[in-house]
Amino acid sequence: MGWTFDNIKPIYLQIADRLEGDILSGKLKKGERVKSVRELALEASVNPNTMQRAMQELEARGLVTVQRTSGRQVTEEDEVINKARGKLALENVREFSAQMKALGFTREEIINILNEEW
Amino acid sequence: MEYTLECKDLCKYFSGNKYFGAVKALDNVNLQLEKGKIIGLLGPNGSGKTTLLKLAAGLLKQNSGEILVDGISPSEQTKALVSYLPERNFLNPSMRVSETLDMFSDFYADFDRERAEEMLTKLGIHSGQKYKSLSKGTKEKVQLVLVMSRRARLYLLDEPIGGVDPATRDYILNTIVSNYAEDATVLISTHLISDVEKVLDEFLFLKYGQVVLHSSADEIRQQYGKSVDEYFREVFKC
Repeated sequence: MGWTFDNIKPIYLQIADRLEGDILSGKLKKGERVKSVRELALEASVNPNTMQRAMQELEARGLVTVQRTSGRQVTEEDEVINKARGKLALENVREFSAQMKALGFTREEIINILNEEW
Repeated sequence: MEYTLECKDLCKYFSGNKYFGAVKALDNVNLQLEKGKIIGLLGPNGSGKTTLLKLAAGLLKQNSGEILVDGISPSEQTKALVSYLPERNFLNPSMRVSETLDMFSDFYADFDRERAEEMLTKLGIHSGQKYKSLSKGTKEKVQLVLVMSRRARLYLLDEPIGGVDPATRDYILNTIVSNYAEDATVLISTHLISDVEKVLDEFLFLKYGQVVLHSSADEIRQQYGKSVDEYFREVFKC
C-alpha cells in the first residue's frame, strides 16, 4: 500500500523526516543496517530515485553513513543523534508555542497543562 | 548524452475539411527523455498525448521535425525496442489468454513469458479464459501484463490504469517501478495524477500540442508548494 504523504512538502523530504523520526526514536537502532533503496522504495511505493534522494538527505544530515561494501547504516555517533533530537524538539516547541499564543494562553497556563499531562 | 526519446521541432497536423481547418495536434515539440526515468505525460483532453505516443511507436508519421528513439527514427528497428500499450483493446477477442501469450512470444524476442505468467497468477487471471469473457478492467490488466513483460528500452503506456480498481492500480504501479530495467524509460499518459505522483520521476505537461512544463514532482512541490495534481488543476483551469 505504501506510505502516505502530504501535498505540500517534497516527497523526498517527507521520507527523510520519517526515517529521521525512526532513527531518533530508536526504532532504527544505532549502527543498524538500513534497507536498500530498492527495498525501501517498494515498501513506500515511491520511485527509487526519490528514495535515493531521501537517503542523500539523511547522509547530509549525518544520520546515516555509507559503508562502501554493505550499503548504509545508522550513525553510531550519539552526538549527531542528540543534536538532531534537540533540533526536532525545538522546532516542535516553537510551532506549539506559536499556536498556543494564537489561542490566547499565557505561559503559566500552558506550563500547568503540561505538568498535568506529562 | 544519448536520449531514449528525443523530439526536435516536432509537428503533427490532422487535416481539416470544408467545415473546419487543420488541427495542430503537436506544435513544435522539443524534448529529451533520459534513460532510466519514469515520466508522466499529462494534459487535458485533446492536448496531443496520444499523438506523441503514436509517433514514438511509429504508428503515425510527423509532418515536420524529427523524433528519435535511441537515436534512430521510428522503423522496424525501433519497434523491437519499444513496447507500446494503446488506449484501446488490441487483442483478438476470441483468443484465450494463453494464446495471447503465445502470440507475444512469437512476435517479440524480448518477451519474458515466465514473468507474464507470474503476474497473471498474482492478479488472479486464469490463462484459459477467453479474452472476450473478461471484464473491462481485467482486459486492461492482461494487455498491460503483456506489454510490461517485454524487456524493452522504451515503454509507451497510454492510459494504463484508467479502468482498474485502486488496489490493483497500486499493484500495477509497483510492478512498473520494480520491474522495469534500470536503463529502460517509461512514458505514461494518464489523468490519475495523484495515483502516479509518488512513483514518477518527471512530468511533461502538454497544452494545445506544446510542452508547457517538464519538471519533477519534487521541483513542482518545492517551487509552488503544491502537489502535481493541484498544480495541474491550476494550470489547466477551465
